Amino acid sequence: MDYGLDKKSNSLKTSNTIFIVIWLLIACFPFIWTFWGSFKVRADFFSRADWWYAITAFNTFIETGAKFTTEAYSGAWFEGEFWKASRNTVIVTISVVSISLFLGTLGAYALSRSTKNYAFWLLIIALIFRAMPHITLVSGYLFPFFQLQIWGILPTTIVVLVAINQPFTLWLLYSFFKTVPKELDESALIDGCSYFQTFRHIIMPVMWPGVITAGLFSLMLAYNDFTVTALLLNQENHTMVPKIQSYLGTNQHEGNLMWAVSSVVSATAPLFILVMFFQRQIISGLTAGAIKG
Amino acid sequence: MPNRSFFWFFLPAGLAMILFIGLPIISTGVQSFYAQHDQILVEVKKCDPFGCKVSVVVDQEATSKVRDEKPLGKFNGFGTYIDRNHLAVDQVSEFWDESKSIGDFINKVGNLPFYKALVFTLTYCVFVTPCVLLLGFIIALSLNAISRKIRGPLIFGTILPMIVTPLVGSLVLFWMIDAEGIIGANLQMLMNDPYLSLKSSKTLMWITIIIYGIWHHSPFAFVVFYAALQTVPQEPLEASIIDGASRFQRVKHIVLPHIYPVVTFVALISLMDNFRVFEPIIGFSAEGSAQSLSWLIYDNLVNEEVILFGSAAATSIMTIVGISIILAPVLIRTWREFKTNR
Repeated sequence: MDYGLDKKSNSLKTSNTIFIVIWLLIACFPFIWTFWGSFKVRADFFSRADWWYAITAFNTFIETGAKFTTEAYSGAWFEGEFWKASRNTVIVTISVVSISLFLGTLGAYALSRSTKNYAFWLLIIALIFRAMPHITLVSGYLFPFFQLQIWGILPTTIVVLVAINQPFTLWLLYSFFKTVPKELDESALIDGCSYFQTFRHIIMPVMWPGVITAGLFSLMLAYNDFTVTALLLNQENHTMVPKIQSYLGTNQHEGNLMWAVSSVVSATAPLFILVMFFQRQIISGLTAGAIKG
Repeated sequence: MPNRSFFWFFLPAGLAMILFIGLPIISTGVQSFYAQHDQILVEVKKCDPFGCKVSVVVDQEATSKVRDEKPLGKFNGFGTYIDRNHLAVDQVSEFWDESKSIGDFINKVGNLPFYKALVFTLTYCVFVTPCVLLLGFIIALSLNAISRKIRGPLIFGTILPMIVTPLVGSLVLFWMIDAEGIIGANLQMLMNDPYLSLKSSKTLMWITIIIYGIWHHSPFAFVVFYAALQTVPQEPLEASIIDGASRFQRVKHIVLPHIYPVVTFVALISLMDNFRVFEPIIGFSAEGSAQSLSWLIYDNLVNEEVILFGSAAATSIMTIVGISIILAPVLIRTWREFKTNR
């Protein structure tokens, strides 16, 4: 901490630095290693003989004639139809983010401007809903969805993910709208705007910082979801994460493991780039509930 | 805001939550009282030159007819809750009678599917939550002492384990720890045991999943603690330095009390998240040695022959009860605050 008066001893500084370096290694090395290994053949990345092969690319050189190979990627993306899964992920993610922001901003704005008791109770109910394990909700969906014959298609999954995401979005945007001064919309109301006009012309222009944060969290939920997508989508409509799992389960000994490795890298890379650009928003979103609550 | 406008503003979000969170919980509750139909058996007399044999076969037509007529299954009351795969009331009392010692009894009960899963889930929560709090706090303290200029990239590296989905995170670790991966192979060499493998040992598997849990959740605790540390007032800290407080004393008497509310918040959130541990079990292919409550539900839902809706629903309801017990203190506290504010 930057205490001003506080003079740190050198030994403390060094041990602190060593600790951080070790932690970062633990946090990041698995990803770096997987990224590196995804350009190798299976015999190198999962080497029975010597793990050092993964670095020297011994087998990769024998099998493909080069130190790096993109075989795993082309296999997963085309043969394994990972392109289809990523297209589905894009559809699901974009729809979930836009719909849940639309519903969330309206709902959270109303919650933040209401002084009634029921607003408090609605927030508490949202908190309880937030705590529900997704798998228990899925066990509630499956049977009715089979009966209504809406199981397996993307729209159902999108609506479900929007709903599951709603409690968190509401809380996040609620605490954001609380920071927007009330006087702003009150003056518009006095001038004769309706509530909806106020929202449209006064609140919408200033709400973007909060919306971006909430959008990022919806995006990560939709993009990362496994429980809902794995159980509510049929094979054809699978998104990335269940697709990765399907590479693992079915043909573990037929060389598909490298497909899983390369698709893990393909699925993680966009997320990391996103976080790199929006780190500040993500951190502010995570802390919004904590510091104020 | 008047009730009317509130209603229209909140309607879409409220409708989505009622339809897809409220109703499913009710649907789960209803399903848990039903069980799938038994197969209808018929006796078939088969005669060949050596005589006649009566064999029992499944009447496919009648079975599927009953299933179509009453797709929910037959009413089972609390039957599913107390059967062998759930609370196993009969088995537990039987074990109680025949066991010679408490240890023996606990051992036997621990082998029943539901209790096995419960024990793993609770063990996971008990070990992961405190470690997450501690590690997150230490990382926050130590990153906070590093020059502001390079903190950005360091924070980015720190939060990586948190932003990947648990399935991917556990796979990435699993591929390294596996007997053919970099850490697994080196451990074998270090221990001089070529047969050392995660999959073969239950204890090792549990430890691995717990370590994974700490790795995955610590960044969240870090982020919240780090933000809280920025709000610690400087004056008392400076005063304590002048009074000669050591670094440890400063953290204990000034920093910790200041961020205490945040600590309970993080503890609660990670407890709730840990209670639903599920994806790492799939990522580590640990089904054999570690099963959690959520995994039991998943397993029932992906059952090959008939999806066991009733069984999954009963486990779900009991999981929800577990979550409510964890959540109760917060709700009570919020309610008290609300009442005093009024």
